[in-house]
Amino acid sequence: MTAPTRAMRGHGGWALPLRILQDGGLLIVLIVLLAMITGHVQPRFYSRLNMLNMLREAAYLAIVSLGQMLVMIAGGFDLSVGVVSALASVVAASLMAMLYAGGGDVTVTMILWPVLAALAAGAAVGLANGFCVSVLDLSPFMTTLAMTSVVAGGTLYYTQGIPIYGLPERFGEIFGRGSFLHVPASVMVALVFLALICLVQRTTPLGRHIYAVGSKARIAALSGVRPVPILMLVYGAAGLLAACMGLLVTARIGSGQASIGASLVIESISAAVIGGVPLRGGSGRAERVVLAAIFLTVVSNSMNLLRIDSKLQTLVQGSVVIIAIALERAFARRRQS
Amino acid sequence: MSVEQASAVTPLLVLSGVTKRYGAFRALDGVDFDLRPGEVHVLFGENGAGKSTLINVITGNVAFGEGTYSVQGRPAAGLSPQTLRAAGIAAVFQEFSLLPDLTVEENLFLGREMRHGPFVDRTAMRRRSAKLFAELGFDIPVSTLVGSLSRPEQQMVEIAKALMFDAPILILDEPTASLTDTDADRLFAVVARLKARGVGIIYVSHRMREIRLLADRITVLRNGRRIATIAASGVTEAALVEMMAGRPSGELYPAIRHTPAAERLRIENLATPDGLVRTVSLSVHAGEIVGLAGLVGCGKSEIGRAVFGLLPIAAGSITVDGQVVAAPHPRAMLRRGVCYLPADRGTEGLALNRPVRENVTMAALDTSTLGGGGLLRLRAEKGVAARLLERLSVRPPSPEPPVLNLSGGNRQKVMLTRGLVRPTDVFLFDEPTVGIDVGAKAEVYALMRDLTEAGAAVLLVSSDLPEILHLSHRIYVMHQGVIVRELAGAERTEEAILSCFFGSALLQDATTAGEAVA
Repeated sequence: MTAPTRAMRGHGGWALPLRILQDGGLLIVLIVLLAMITGHVQPRFYSRLNMLNMLREAAYLAIVSLGQMLVMIAGGFDLSVGVVSALASVVAASLMAMLYAGGGDVTVTMILWPVLAALAAGAAVGLANGFCVSVLDLSPFMTTLAMTSVVAGGTLYYTQGIPIYGLPERFGEIFGRGSFLHVPASVMVALVFLALICLVQRTTPLGRHIYAVGSKARIAALSGVRPVPILMLVYGAAGLLAACMGLLVTARIGSGQASIGASLVIESISAAVIGGVPLRGGSGRAERVVLAAIFLTVVSNSMNLLRIDSKLQTLVQGSVVIIAIALERAFARRRQS
Repeated sequence: MSVEQASAVTPLLVLSGVTKRYGAFRALDGVDFDLRPGEVHVLFGENGAGKSTLINVITGNVAFGEGTYSVQGRPAAGLSPQTLRAAGIAAVFQEFSLLPDLTVEENLFLGREMRHGPFVDRTAMRRRSAKLFAELGFDIPVSTLVGSLSRPEQQMVEIAKALMFDAPILILDEPTASLTDTDADRLFAVVARLKARGVGIIYVSHRMREIRLLADRITVLRNGRRIATIAASGVTEAALVEMMAGRPSGELYPAIRHTPAAERLRIENLATPDGLVRTVSLSVHAGEIVGLAGLVGCGKSEIGRAVFGLLPIAAGSITVDGQVVAAPHPRAMLRRGVCYLPADRGTEGLALNRPVRENVTMAALDTSTLGGGGLLRLRAEKGVAARLLERLSVRPPSPEPPVLNLSGGNRQKVMLTRGLVRPTDVFLFDEPTVGIDVGAKAEVYALMRDLTEAGAAVLLVSSDLPEILHLSHRIYVMHQGVIVRELAGAERTEEAILSCFFGSALLQDATTAGEAVA
């Protein structure tokens, strides 16, 4: 009796496109289509410079989106990723400027310690989010929204809105313009994180437990999965990844700024949702989220090259997100019925 | 420890004098219970008798006040569900503990994955689950997402999950509720095999077929107290039911005078767009209770909802007091004296975190007693609430605490007051006694009697067959969206209703339902 039940659970005409969207195939098609159109109108799209530029931009977004995805799979979301990247930028830049102020040779410690401190600051904010959400059982929305205010206030007060200059050149050379095996440093970092998270998702108990907590936390707990450490971990990872992105951008632009990452929240959540992470959590794959980050980057790059007004660009980006979420809802309803 | 293990007759678990209070209400009252290796111990009792609470105490999900509890000779009171699970207690609840987004295999091993270094050992897990499924005779691919399985399939996965790690104590809470007879037979074979292996099984069920087939001992619970623990051999069904109810079943239901007067509600050729109701015509007169019976999903619940304007109507007409209501809407219906009391109190009936008082008066704030002129008459509201809580003996009778603090039966009574605040004389009851205890049931029935004898028209939609049989003056039986029969007078028998319930494919379920009813 079991076989017919499954076979009979048919889908309507929407099933196939939605299926492909979920599997990431549609994203590849859209990226290629968009590239062809933009490249046709504006051949500069294919230039080496633009390609490298896009790769870096996509890497920045992908790194943050991976963290956002982990939190969303576990059933929450993180509105503080943008200010955390700014925090990391400010922490690293001010420490470097301080250590470097004496002049002289650039030593490893001058770069390493500020970088570690910035990453630690990001992870700490993430862990604080995780603590509030898991131990204190506060809503992810209010917690991370309030945390955004806390962190933004702190960094703006400290910098007074003035960029921090005086970073060692080497920092920018390695992480900003540098490359490793002919791959830009930021892209390399993104690839390493992607590989790591894919591995965790597919092959470790931890990966399964993150899905389990997001699917239904209470039931997961009944099966012996402890939600508190899992939630601490995903929020901590989101903070760490956002900080990492903040560092890479700082290296690229050569100064610490409290204003970077303003649009990261909506972009990272969009990438996660377009990459197939449902808003209720419980499923989602890293590679698809990275694909979605690339897609969003190509959209924004194309609009730049086609000289679309920046205000209209925001409008288009928002519309893309609404369409993606509407499709996701339709898919979820279909799956329920 | 070795001494205890050496003695074969040591019970697997012992509870004595266990009492669990919720406020003044005793969900368990000095209950003794024990489970021996290799036996099936059936828990028998009505809804609200304390079976679920007892199971939750045993699995550690509910902390109890007084009494002792030990597992395999060691004290187990206050231990967490995880610890008790590790101590060998596996439970299959009616409410599934499966995660829809994970595959069958991932669910089976959740929280206890087999590992190969830091990684999950998928091969080993697949081998193990395949072996278990073969042993149980289950035919479900382990890589399927649980969310895409049917309910019986999920039930099988749930059982497999409990059996995965050879627990010496297994709890099955109405495991056959969603199984077909074939799958149930397979389950019985598994239970017999586990029993032979020395596993102690606590089995909650009120289906006589299973009890006769499997049980060694039976413990009967009523109102939180243990009535008896008896050997299953030779016990009769009638004796069990009498112990369970504590009275011959007739006494629960009041006699209600039948004085049909003017027609109040008339439904003609009603159909809903979702196809659950196809062509339904019925009428309800003042001074009578009209029962609407049928299986779950036959469309009977949709009728009350459609009349009250909660569901769109595709075709047909609804007439109240001779006037056709073209577009039914809750507000308009309330003003015509029609009140619908939904089955799902939690999501549709009550604002759980608001005070009892506000819930009582919620649907009547536009009447001149309570509102009018844009301001509420708070003193009148208090008076109305206090009077109604008194009349339905809601416990506690205080109007200010949130409804959340009340037990299921009392919540139901609070919801029923809604029909009494404003002048209402057509009542649509949708499963009015689902999930409430016997005492509250009796009070709800008494209220229905009072309303009817005072001249109200009552439509009673219920899946509880005895309820329909004992209370209704006329009965409509629905099957797949159509009224297949109207029964009145001496025709109102259980057999007559059951024979209308089913297509031939479902006849077997009918006999078990009949047993539960008898």
